[in-house]
Parts: sequence; C-alpha cells; structure tokens
Amino acid sequence: MVKVTIDDVVIEVEPGTTILNAARQAGGDIVPPAMCYYSKLEGSGGKCRTCLVEVAAGSEKDPRPMPKLVASCSTPVMDGMIVKNKTSERVHENRGAVTEFLLINHPLDCPVCDQAGECKLQDLAFDHGAAKTRYEEPRRKHEPVDIGNTIKLNQDRCILCYRCVYVGNQLCDSRVHGVMHRGEHAEISTYIENSVDNEFSGNMIDVCPVGALTDKTFRFKSRVWFLKPMNASCECTKCAGKAVVWMFGNQIYRVTVRKDEYDEVQMIDGKPAWICNECRYDKKDVSKWTIEEPLKLKRTSVISQGHYDKPNPLNDSTKNLK
Amino acid sequence: MQSLSNRSKLVSNKKLSFMEKLYIPAILGGMLITFKHLFRKNNTLKYPEETKKFAPVYRGMHVLKRDEEGRENCTACGLCAVACPAEAITMTANEREKGEEGLYREEKYAETYEINMLRCIFCGLCEEACPKEAIFLTDRIVPTNFERGEFIYGKDRLVEKVDARIDISARQFTGKRKI
Repeated sequence: MVKVTIDDVVIEVEPGTTILNAARQAGGDIVPPAMCYYSKLEGSGGKCRTCLVEVAAGSEKDPRPMPKLVASCSTPVMDGMIVKNKTSERVHENRGAVTEFLLINHPLDCPVCDQAGECKLQDLAFDHGAAKTRYEEPRRKHEPVDIGNTIKLNQDRCILCYRCVYVGNQLCDSRVHGVMHRGEHAEISTYIENSVDNEFSGNMIDVCPVGALTDKTFRFKSRVWFLKPMNASCECTKCAGKAVVWMFGNQIYRVTVRKDEYDEVQMIDGKPAWICNECRYDKKDVSKWTIEEPLKLKRTSVISQGHYDKPNPLNDSTKNLK
Repeated sequence: MQSLSNRSKLVSNKKLSFMEKLYIPAILGGMLITFKHLFRKNNTLKYPEETKKFAPVYRGMHVLKRDEEGRENCTACGLCAVACPAEAITMTANEREKGEEGLYREEKYAETYEINMLRCIFCGLCEEACPKEAIFLTDRIVPTNFERGEFIYGKDRLVEKVDARIDISARQFTGKRKI
C-alpha cells in the first residue's frame, strides 16, 4: 500500500492506482472532474485534460514537484506523493483554459440539446467556463446524422473523448464506428454508412459526456427535469435488466443505465450493469418493469426540481411497486 | 398589563364641551372639506373612453416573439415551465423538418405551447428564464371570458403574427442575450 496526500486528505491505496482513482476512493470534493476517463472502459482517459492536477511532491524518495500539471486519470500514485487539486490556483486556472478549448467548437445549444441538465460539460463550464468566448472564427457546423435506427449523432457537440469508440470495441462484437480524420477535422463517423446495430451499442449514449450521441426514441420528447427517474428492473436474457426508467405520469419516456456518483455505470454483482438495446428502446411499457424506488438525486441537481420522496400512492404507476 | 407592541391607545371618557355638543362647527368644517374638493384635479378616469397609461414595468399578457426573419424564437427548452411558480406553462417539442427553416429558428421548436392564464400570476419569471428571448410579458390585458377553457392560451393566441408584431421595446430589453 502506498500513502498519498490529495488536498490534505491522506489515503492509502494499492500501488499502481491512478491519482484520480485514489481521489475517488477518498471521495468528497477533492475528486477532479473527468470528461473522457471512464473506469469501466479499458484504455479510456488522457484525452480531455480536465482532470489535470498539480503534483507538489513526486514521491517519498524524490520529493521534487512535477514541473507541469499531470492528467490524474493516467498518472499512477507514488508513495509519499502530495497532490493538489482544489487547493491549487494553477489547477483552477488551467481547468478554465481546458474548458475554453473544449467550448471552442461546442455550440451554445443547451436549450435544444437533450443532454442539458445531466451534461458534464455544462457542469464544467458552469464551474470553470468564461461567460464569453474569445474565439472569433465561425464554429464548425455539421448536420445531425443518424447512426443506426436509434442513435442520433450531433457532431458539433462532440468533444472527442473516444468513450463511445471504447464501448464499440469492448461491449459490442464488432465496432462499426470510430474517429476519422485528424486534428480539427476529427469526427465520429460510422464505417461507410454502416449502422450501429450491436446488442449493446445503446450504451454509448450513456457514456457520452455531452449531447453528441442521443437516443432517437427520446429525442426532443421532454426535458430531463420534467421526468421522474425510477430505479427499475425487468426480466432480460441479454443483460442484468437493472436500469433507470424516466417517467412522466404513467409513461416511460426513456430507459438508461444506473449511474454512480461519477456519472459512470453502476457495478451490480461485480459487473458494470450495461443494458441491452431491447431494454433501452423497446420496453417503454410500465407493465414490463418492476419499479423499485425513485432515484436518489443530489439536492443541487436540476432533475430534483420535481422532487418527491416516494411515488405518489394515487398514481397508477406504482401498482408494480414492491 | 403593559402592551408589548406599544401601539394600544387608552380610551378617554372626556366630557364634551358646549361647543362640541352643538355639532354645527364640526358639520361646517366637514362640508368645507367637501367643498374644497370640487376645485381640485379629478383623480378618476372616464374608462373606457379614457385609459390609463401603464407603468413601464407592467406585466400583462404574454407574447411569443419571432425574430427579424419571422421565425419563431422559442425552442421549447422548458426553462420557462421550470421557472414558473404557478405551473401555468406546458409545452411539447418537435423536430424541425427540412424546408421549415423559415418557420422556426432552431432545429427544435414548440409544437404546442400553452399558458393557463387562470393559473398565471404574471410574475415575469418565464421571460427572465428564457434564454432565447422568446417569451415576454406585454402591456396587453388578458380579456375576460365566461368559459374556463378559453383561458388556456395556445400558440394561436400567444405567437405574434408576422404582419402584426407586438412592440415590447418600451418595457423590455431585447438583444441583451447573445442567442
């Protein structure tokens, strides 16, 4: 076990743990934000630079500080390492600069975007972004395209985190989409008009930190803060069948995976509880689900504006409640 | 016991004097006041022939604005409905089809947009929440009606007509937000 200090919080972790994961083990507000790193997807991280932290002392043996800020999602901890995240002015400044870069081409269409309200970039921009852009050139513009029957791709909003590519690689049998071209021209594209119709491809909607990939069956149907998210389960042969159904009255508007506090898919029975496309797109009928409980939301979340502690007993949607 | 608020007054049972018992000086004094008012400026208006000018901050019936090209500003983002303390606003969104670019400004638009004027308390939070400068409160008064259902205003009565724009510039700031 190695001892590491993050913002005056001392914790002991396994050797080889990254700084970000060590901070997550400690929990609280010392955890750096992450746009591209996704612990359940192998190889993710190191692209967006929002998780940059300052290393004030490299290790017990070599206590010199690291000259540059390091990406905490891909830097392993050393014994006696001292990391500064929220206590470092440099980190805050740099995160603001990274946010500005991420927002250069990102359209200001949160009122249109289905991700608004649960968007990580929105949160990041709220905490670190400037009110005005300094970018004078026109933003790149793409028409929204269908990739597959059920997913809409808004290339403008993409921040090239590669999470969806890893979902295609690691969850589906064959990946049919990826990042084409380089630099400013890089974009997510399907391989020669091939549709994404793998059994678990819908999970790329949930891993997308922005609104680049959205559920076509939910597109523009409602806003997340009008819906009531409920933990629900169903009988499914392909997946664990544990999901969150987003309800409006008795209707299910959409189905997503259960997420943990870092906006990643929850581990259920030691496995990430990805859901299959059938559960996600086709089971919009309340009778197919066993509704367990309302999702616990942070008080600060916009989704909690229609807050309630238990389902309304007069409402028919609770007839399946155990 | 002493009063806590210190606002109570003690009632006195003072005997009236002779002049006060006559009452006539007091009656004359009252009539003098009434007579003076005949020569003062009139405070009332002869409504409906005359109407009073509204204060610049008056908040009346809503309007859903169009932009200079006549496209609807509203994109059905739902922020007005969240901000509304009276739960008066409901809407459903739809996607703009190809060829409708002249009708709607963004790729999403409000297919239906309803304000229940009986619920509305005219607080103006909807126009404050609106990121698209779409909804504004105007100096128009919501007319009375005999039917409850008639107070639910749909897009037909809320959206301004292309050829009959509603001027809100005297009371509202437009162009404050970069859309």
